[in-house]
Amino acid sequence: MTRTRSFNEVLLAVENISLSFGGVKALSDISFDIAKGEIRAIIGPNGAGKSSMLNCINGFYHPQQGAITYKGVRRSQMRPHQAAEQGIGRTFQNIALFRGMSTLDNIMTGRNLRMKTGLFWQALRIGPAAREEIEHRKVVEHIIDFLEIQHIRKVPVGQLPYGLQKRVELGRALAAQPELLLLDEPMAGMNIEEKQDMCRFVLDVNDEFGTTICLIEHDMGVVMDISDRVVVLDYGKKIGDGVPDEIKGNQAVIDAYLGVSH
Amino acid sequence: MFYREAGQYKASYQADQAIFPIAQDRIVVVALLAVAFLVVPFVVSEYTYRAVLIPVVILSLAAIGLNVLMGYCGQVSLGSGAFMAVGAYAAFNLSVRLPFLNPFVCILLGGFVAAGVGIAFGVPSLRIKGFYLACATLAAQFFADWAFLRIKWFTNYTPSGSVNAPPLQAFGYDLSSPTANYLVSLVFAVVLGLAAKNIVRGHVGRQWMAIRDMDIAAEIIGVRPMYAKLTAFAVSSFLIGVAGGLWAFVYLGSWEPAAFSIDRSFQLMFMVIIGGLGSILGSVLGAAFIVLLPIFLNQALPPLGALFGWKISTATVSHFESMIFGALIVFFLIVEPHGLARLWSVAKEKLRLWPFPH
Ligand SMILES: Nc1ncnc2c1ncn2[C@@H]1O[C@H](COP(=O)(O)OP(=O)(O)OP(=O)(O)O)[C@@H](O)[C@H]1O
Ligand SMILES: [Mg+2]
Repeated sequence: MTRTRSFNEVLLAVENISLSFGGVKALSDISFDIAKGEIRAIIGPNGAGKSSMLNCINGFYHPQQGAITYKGVRRSQMRPHQAAEQGIGRTFQNIALFRGMSTLDNIMTGRNLRMKTGLFWQALRIGPAAREEIEHRKVVEHIIDFLEIQHIRKVPVGQLPYGLQKRVELGRALAAQPELLLLDEPMAGMNIEEKQDMCRFVLDVNDEFGTTICLIEHDMGVVMDISDRVVVLDYGKKIGDGVPDEIKGNQAVIDAYLGVSH
Repeated sequence: MFYREAGQYKASYQADQAIFPIAQDRIVVVALLAVAFLVVPFVVSEYTYRAVLIPVVILSLAAIGLNVLMGYCGQVSLGSGAFMAVGAYAAFNLSVRLPFLNPFVCILLGGFVAAGVGIAFGVPSLRIKGFYLACATLAAQFFADWAFLRIKWFTNYTPSGSVNAPPLQAFGYDLSSPTANYLVSLVFAVVLGLAAKNIVRGHVGRQWMAIRDMDIAAEIIGVRPMYAKLTAFAVSSFLIGVAGGLWAFVYLGSWEPAAFSIDRSFQLMFMVIIGGLGSILGSVLGAAFIVLLPIFLNQALPPLGALFGWKISTATVSHFESMIFGALIVFFLIVEPHGLARLWSVAKEKLRLWPFPH
């Protein structure tokens, strides 16, 4: 299945982003955009700079050059907290859950930006604090149902198998009801069944909530199936950008994946 | 009745989020509180109050305070003695300079002063972690030791440097009896302990734990490290400060800066580690354990030695005490960082399955 949907509103655009660590050029002069409502994939061999790109988008890395325009506001860099407030959610390549907390608490923490009652009411846990907790619990339970993780609600996430941890991490990101969701290899290390589940969740999130998704994935089958457009990076440079069919026929991309020397 | 949640259906999120979701737990807690408030005052000797109950109650509160910071927010602190001292001396100064204030109001206000000082010494935590932060909080300890010894204004220019608490009274009642001392401390500890429990299971507590477990991920989902860390320092120091005020006014009556030395900081840290990092109940268990162990050893070791024909002096007992503490700390740090509280919840888990082990 290749999807052909058309989008016209740009949600995020990166322009001429360059990032280096000491002598290592992780990204050089990268530009691309993400349209509102689409599923955008970033692919490339190991060390191509994919994770670094996401880190620039949500303000975890600060590019030395270039600009990021998100929802019409142009910035040379974001701050992580600012990105979260602006509706950019994120999962990590190496799971970054709060290991000492339960599934429920992890996902509830995803709603922290929307929870406002102060310490005083928190200490009493009556009135506004109690109401707020229940209101947000309802939203979180909805996400738990959606991701089919009811049975592990109260389990400390450190005890969960890898595949479920990835799912909880997605839940935590969804809890913030992001407009743009950045997923760093959400299906890495999963078996076929788990991958199918995860694909279904990604597609459903995109369909049901209209969330724009930018994902990094190594499984070409998955990428070609679910994404609307694909960016290809290699050694920090952009070597391809287009709909899956174009990418499949792109000689530079084929060479990069086959390891043709530069 | 088996200890079990089966059959206890929760019809609302409110019920599921209750502080003790299992009915048997609720019954045990209410029963314990009833005993503490209604039975203990009629059966306990003055010695037990002074040697066991009052110290356990007040130090539990201080340990809860430290646990908020160390166990929930993951910020190591060796400055708890300092924050107790700030609470105590602030309460003292308020009572001297504003004599119309009730002493217990002074203690509460002393907690707020400690919270302010805690925030100030918490600022380095925005930059440094772990061992380096421990050193920075140690600076708070040495600074407090120095300030309360050398800056005479804090001790109201008493020549000896030792200061006295105001007479304890409220609404015209004299509260200086051991029973009254105990009950007042218990009210403070229960009310503030409950407040702490409420905070740690709400959104602020989750932000603390998020910072503890993975600060980078926390920041990326919108937790502000500054807000989370400084509120943890504030709440922690408030609780420790109130405990310091109680320790000074209610337990000691008159005291010198040495009452809040680095030894106190370490003692509280041991309570938290042995009791269980990240557990309110654990803080209480740890405080009880550390207060009771020396008393137990003093009673048990000499007769035990006599059985083998050894004469065990008090000095030897205190050496044993240090050795046992040392061994326990190492044991808990390596084997069970969640301390006594964890052992307790494992026991409950077993009980939940009992008598059908599979
Ligand atoms: N924090 C950092 N410090 C130093 N170098 C870094 C850092 N982060 C990334 N790099 C370097 O930048 C380059 C790109 O790394 P990045 O993690 O973005 O690759 P990737 O495409 O995500 O690879 P993978 O498929 O293995 O996840 C690599 O050479 C990496 O070593
Ligand atoms: Mg990567």
